[in-house]
Amino acid sequence: MTPQGNRSLTTPGSRQALLATVLIGLALVLLPFAAAEFGNAWVRILAFALLYVMLALGLNIVVGYAGLLDLGYVAFYAVGAYLYALLASPHLAENFEWIAQTFPDGLHSSIWFVIPLSAVVAAGFGVLLGFPVLRLRGDYLAIVTLGFGEIIRIFMNNLNAPANITNGPQGITNIDPISIAGVSLAQPLQIGELSLPSVQLYYYLFLVLTLLVVLVSVRLQSSRVGRAWMAIREDEIAAKAMGINTRNIKLLAFAMGASFGGVSGAMFSAFQGFVSPESFVLMESIVIVAMVVLGGMGNVKGVVLGAVLLYAIPEALRHLAKPIQLQLLGHEYIAPEALRMLLFGLSMVLIMLYRPHGLIPRHHAGGRT
Amino acid sequence: MTKALLHVQGVSKRFGGLAALTDVHLQVQQGQIYGLIGPNGAGKTTFFNVITGLYQPDTGRFELNGRPYEPSSVHQVAQAGIARTFQNIRLFADMTVLENVMVGRHVRTHGWSSGVLGAIFRTAGYQKMEAQMVEQAHDWLRYVGIDHTAHQLARTLSYGDQRRLEIARALATEPQLLALDEPAAGMNATEKNGLKELLVRIQSDGRTILLIEHDVKLVMGLCDQVTVLDYGRVIAQGTPLVVQRDPSVIEAYLGTQASHV
Repeated sequence: MTPQGNRSLTTPGSRQALLATVLIGLALVLLPFAAAEFGNAWVRILAFALLYVMLALGLNIVVGYAGLLDLGYVAFYAVGAYLYALLASPHLAENFEWIAQTFPDGLHSSIWFVIPLSAVVAAGFGVLLGFPVLRLRGDYLAIVTLGFGEIIRIFMNNLNAPANITNGPQGITNIDPISIAGVSLAQPLQIGELSLPSVQLYYYLFLVLTLLVVLVSVRLQSSRVGRAWMAIREDEIAAKAMGINTRNIKLLAFAMGASFGGVSGAMFSAFQGFVSPESFVLMESIVIVAMVVLGGMGNVKGVVLGAVLLYAIPEALRHLAKPIQLQLLGHEYIAPEALRMLLFGLSMVLIMLYRPHGLIPRHHAGGRT
Repeated sequence: MTKALLHVQGVSKRFGGLAALTDVHLQVQQGQIYGLIGPNGAGKTTFFNVITGLYQPDTGRFELNGRPYEPSSVHQVAQAGIARTFQNIRLFADMTVLENVMVGRHVRTHGWSSGVLGAIFRTAGYQKMEAQMVEQAHDWLRYVGIDHTAHQLARTLSYGDQRRLEIARALATEPQLLALDEPAAGMNATEKNGLKELLVRIQSDGRTILLIEHDVKLVMGLCDQVTVLDYGRVIAQGTPLVVQRDPSVIEAYLGTQASHV
């Protein structure tokens, strides 16, 4: 009677699924070794791609699940990044006497403290954004969220006076690298013969976090809360008539989405060792929205694919555009940066023309019951 | 005499200069099918929107099952036990039929395992709750006769089945009062008969129905009590037989001679 609805885990398909999971896992672990053959810059690209996957999945909760267009999502990335920057750099101790006195060794925060904290603080900012926009939809919501993203950035830019909290446009430097159980990720890790460079260690940390974010996304999608989000997306009035407290459920979507962004931001600032407001401009928000839309709103696989493609392809181009042009044409005609925007725009236009619901739409691969 | 399930008095609602409802009152007894009829624009849907909290009334007193309630927010009304359908069907079109009904269970599932943490950690309580919700949703789909469509997207259903799904979704909230806004609109004769059978069955299972309907024939054959609205006022109330012969009702539907001149 149920054509696709067999939910039990002992179907013949589940062994294949397990095999596929193991293979994908193995590939993800081995990928940086392959990339490292071409230089650590490529591993760095992979690590950054994972940060963007986390961001896109966070935004997917707000845009894809709950249907609330958020054009200021990068604000939560900024909140996470600055949070870690402040808690793990000499900046605060240099500017505030009492902090220097309280922490004579300087502020150094453990990853086990920072990851949950960045999630919670970003979620708090998500609620802060959520409250004023509860009654807004569509274009109006987009405008207000866009403003929110800019407000956060402008705050970061100007909170260097009267008290120097963010160090303004210069940003915060000397941010501690992450260390786990006494092993600093800034140093290459020696395991027997194998030496893993720092960037690869970060890749593995981000991989673990990304997989957690994927797991949470998938589990929320098919849960009672996930259905309530989607009900709001489909028809807010009908959702209310079903007894869903749309205010709380929307705030929950903003908070959950923001928390992923906050964690991603904290990782970003540890990885870079430096943050400044320049990293959190409107264009970033737009790129993240593009990742979600292009990949397939509301579909975890699609959003992951969208994030990887939209981040990795332009980055790869940055490295390849010049040699390829020199090889083929003997002269560099188009600067990599220009080419990047050109292809970015072109791919958006093509996707919207031929796959308006994204590369992997909700109801093909991911449209589960 | 049976118990009054819904007791509404003195409901008025103005939109600017337009008096959409003036002093509307009605009393629905437990187990009845109660009809609300009237010509286009009489205020039937406005009245529905008021009792379900979608519009704020200017005046009015509301009692559900002997307890006063304030229809100030839609989800609280649903929690209190009034579930409704909509004149222009409002399903969650891009969700499956089963998921639509499961959303109806939302308001009757509570506790730690129903939240985000339960879902993330897939606790035993959460799994049990989900399994139960799926089962109950299938039960309701069987009840309205569309369980074979459970895994289709709601938007792919035929018109009549969409109406049935909306009723199943409302029933899943375990309402004390099922409020149906023109459930037969746009249905052909066969579908209407099927709907009639379904409503009779819902009634015989002990539920109370408040029905807005345009099709006077359907209402007359089905309802125990009828209220007729015209220009936002109650112009007649009583059993279908009595109301049918009421001159003011006939006038409201057909007009008087003078008004045709």
